[in-house]
Amino acid sequence: MKRKRAEHYDRLTHPLVRENGELRRATWEEALGRAAEGFRRNIQAHGPDAFAMLSCARSTNEMNYVGQKFTRVVIGTNNVDSCNRTCHAPSVAGLSAAFGSGGGTSSYQEVEEADVIVMWGSAARNAHPIFFQHVLKGIRKGARMFAVDPRRTGTAEWADRWLGLNVGTDIPLAHAVAREIIHSGLHNQVFIERATEGFEEYAASVEPWTLTVAEQVTGVPAEAIRELAHAYARADRAQLCWTLGITEHHNATDNVRALINLSLLTGHVGRYGSGLSPLRGQNNVQGGGDMGAIPNRLPGFQDILDPEIRARFEQAWDVPIQPRYGLNLTEMLEAMAEGEVTTCYLIGENPVQSEADSLNCVKRLSMLDHLVVQDIFLTKTAQMADVVLPAAAAWCESDGTFTNSERRVQRVRKALEAPGEARDDIWILCELARRLGHDWDYDGSEQVWDELRAVSPAHKGMTYQRLTDLQGIQWPCPSEDALEPPFLHGRLWDPDPAKRGRLAPFAVLRHSPPVDLLDEEYPLRLTTGRRLDSYNTGVQSSGFASPLRRGENIELSPEDAARLGVTAGEEVRISSRRGSVVAPVHIDPALRPGLVFMTMHFPDEVDTNALTIEATCPIAGTAEFKAAAVRVDRLVPAKAG
Amino acid sequence: MTVPLQPPRRLLEITVDGEAVRVPEGSTILDACTATGTGVPTLCYGDTLTPKNACRVCVVEVEGSRTLVPACSRKAEAGMVVGTSTERAEHSRKVVLELLASSVDLSTTPRAAEWIEEYGARPERFGPDAATVEQPVKVDNDLYVRDYNKCILCYKCVDACGDQWQNSFAIAVAGRGFDATISTEHDAPLTDSACVYCGNCVEVCPTGALSFKSEFDMRTAGTWNEAEQTRTTTICSYCGVGCNLTLHVQENRIVKVTSPHDNPVTHGNLCIKGRFGFQHVQNVASDG
Repeated sequence: MKRKRAEHYDRLTHPLVRENGELRRATWEEALGRAAEGFRRNIQAHGPDAFAMLSCARSTNEMNYVGQKFTRVVIGTNNVDSCNRTCHAPSVAGLSAAFGSGGGTSSYQEVEEADVIVMWGSAARNAHPIFFQHVLKGIRKGARMFAVDPRRTGTAEWADRWLGLNVGTDIPLAHAVAREIIHSGLHNQVFIERATEGFEEYAASVEPWTLTVAEQVTGVPAEAIRELAHAYARADRAQLCWTLGITEHHNATDNVRALINLSLLTGHVGRYGSGLSPLRGQNNVQGGGDMGAIPNRLPGFQDILDPEIRARFEQAWDVPIQPRYGLNLTEMLEAMAEGEVTTCYLIGENPVQSEADSLNCVKRLSMLDHLVVQDIFLTKTAQMADVVLPAAAAWCESDGTFTNSERRVQRVRKALEAPGEARDDIWILCELARRLGHDWDYDGSEQVWDELRAVSPAHKGMTYQRLTDLQGIQWPCPSEDALEPPFLHGRLWDPDPAKRGRLAPFAVLRHSPPVDLLDEEYPLRLTTGRRLDSYNTGVQSSGFASPLRRGENIELSPEDAARLGVTAGEEVRISSRRGSVVAPVHIDPALRPGLVFMTMHFPDEVDTNALTIEATCPIAGTAEFKAAAVRVDRLVPAKAG
Repeated sequence: MTVPLQPPRRLLEITVDGEAVRVPEGSTILDACTATGTGVPTLCYGDTLTPKNACRVCVVEVEGSRTLVPACSRKAEAGMVVGTSTERAEHSRKVVLELLASSVDLSTTPRAAEWIEEYGARPERFGPDAATVEQPVKVDNDLYVRDYNKCILCYKCVDACGDQWQNSFAIAVAGRGFDATISTEHDAPLTDSACVYCGNCVEVCPTGALSFKSEFDMRTAGTWNEAEQTRTTTICSYCGVGCNLTLHVQENRIVKVTSPHDNPVTHGNLCIKGRFGFQHVQNVASDG
């Protein structure tokens, strides 16, 4: 096996500006001046909606609060988003449509005390190892675990049953589970009547999905579907966890709703031990959305379209807020192509390598009049910028907070001085605001946090002192004197209809197979994901010498490898309808024939996202990273005879 | 709907060195000693692990008990009369320390030297030919080092790697008697083992037999200076689970990462990225 060590990135230690097409070193004064001037020029020419901010899901809540405030107050647009769009935006959209709140409903501790744990499209053993330790505790205490995944992942190795479904058939599988539950009389009729609406239509919509039909479409044996249905419905406490196997599809929000339907059908939500847990992929992607660094929500996940909420913020910030949603990341990229967005302030994101159909993304960013990138490295995206601002690494060079997958807000503390002239994100934002006519000055992150607490009821009770004393607090936390239960939506079980609040709607959904169809020319299904020791575009994880790292591979089932006549280590060409890359073969017996796997960790060597399709979820805007149609060709044609 | 409460725990009264102390039912003698401020040395005890009773350094005398009992695992019972510093307990501790220190390198075991002095242990009394576990240090990867010269066979690493936390089962005890060692399958290098480099074994190792490569290299070069290090607990920068990391920093560089054992997210455990994936923040070009 070839052991490859990717080239690592060095930290950015001084600002850069573009001159005669080249980036050169600049002073902070010059760089900030150029950055602000470019924003001003574009806003004057085309209005505030020509501006877009990509805020950083890796940075603190405080930075995200100031970032969205910069967008809404200094610029005057709602065009702010983050990479949540490429991962869990559908979870947020689905959960908030059903329950009015976009967070996972349970806590890690509850997983340890569940009877049934369903890991759906989640390679948590490798992608979220410490969450999986809580799952293992549950398994050790006797919980049955079901892994639903096209690949027999590390998670599946610990499962009672592995349901290896065909990529993109999650809705048929969920519908078949639902139908089986209903036909066996195992649905929770009392909960359905009291806390939900739309059951009749939903029950009718899943009726065609018999176990036999589902087996044909999903590839999962009818008996296994039946077993999952009965185990989930009969459990006293059941956890339904999912990751990007559910959300990186063109119909991702529907996928999420299909899983939520199962929890409504069985009453596995709103109780201790029973709930829905989307596992977030980045340290603060939950917090970024909570802070309002998304185009449709103000801080505290409050809807921009609500006039009362808007009025509160207009009073607090003393500016009018546009009464409409801004553009999400996907729409921003489209608007760049249309020339509607002409300037972009991009903080700690690397869309050139993280977006599906990456070549298209480069083209769009290059059409901008003015691109400012703030990062800790000169990423491929930063290399396209007009101004590059060197930032401190939030997690160890800044103070603040992150919010994790169980909605726990935890303190981030400065342990190191940032190198060279790199500066804290919030300092940079304030310097730019000042140059654009807003005299902002925060005396440390706690002042930002207290400002946020004043406008976000969900965070009101979380003082820094309490966050330290209690090792983090889960939202909602409206009071400084009390803590809420660790799960959400207990209201759904309240005997008093008034306290029960808005009923949770079932969603009627249609199966929609992956957009990138398999045919004779592109017969293999490529799905992408993460490995244990690496992370996203590899900018961070290439920095340490992992003994596990083996570079990018195309992982093939032994059957496909034999059919193609390729051997382990051999370089092959992988092509989709959009692009083509070369990578060595790795043979993985955990893959089923027809399914191939790649990561996105080594884009400088193998740009996997040149293959993926930018078919996006119309509700959440997430692209179908999990399902591309590809072909694999030998570089050297096999000799005849 | 509410959160299920733990059943109420009765308080038991026991006597530690003549002093009455009340502890919740289920507490150990060690818990009771901690409550009274009585110091009992421990090595194989781990606050996140099930006691293994391997090292015997925490033994105390319990009235009515034929043998000395390990304080870290023996549950307190109502009316128990415990002596932590009786002649018999101290003599046993002294011999245990002598046997360990004569055969194992305790130079990086916190407080070992202090205990040896306190109990008057003379490891050298077995003479220069006393059997030792001396062997070459195993350096087979860039992340952590195994120096079994320092291993007291407490099994904590095996439990952390096994069914108590990590469930990777990369290491186990091999051999018998004095020849027993902690080993990968067939004593293969870590790079050919089931190890996933979570470092959760390093986290629980009480003697420094397992250590970060960065710590090992700095100790070898004589630059390791714990007194100068700061420890700051922050949150991991990788996935969204939100693991708490304690960064050990010397001269503005991260030299080691641990995790608080009482943390509800990690219970002291991390994955390879959280434990070892910090290097990117300190990769600064020399001409920077």
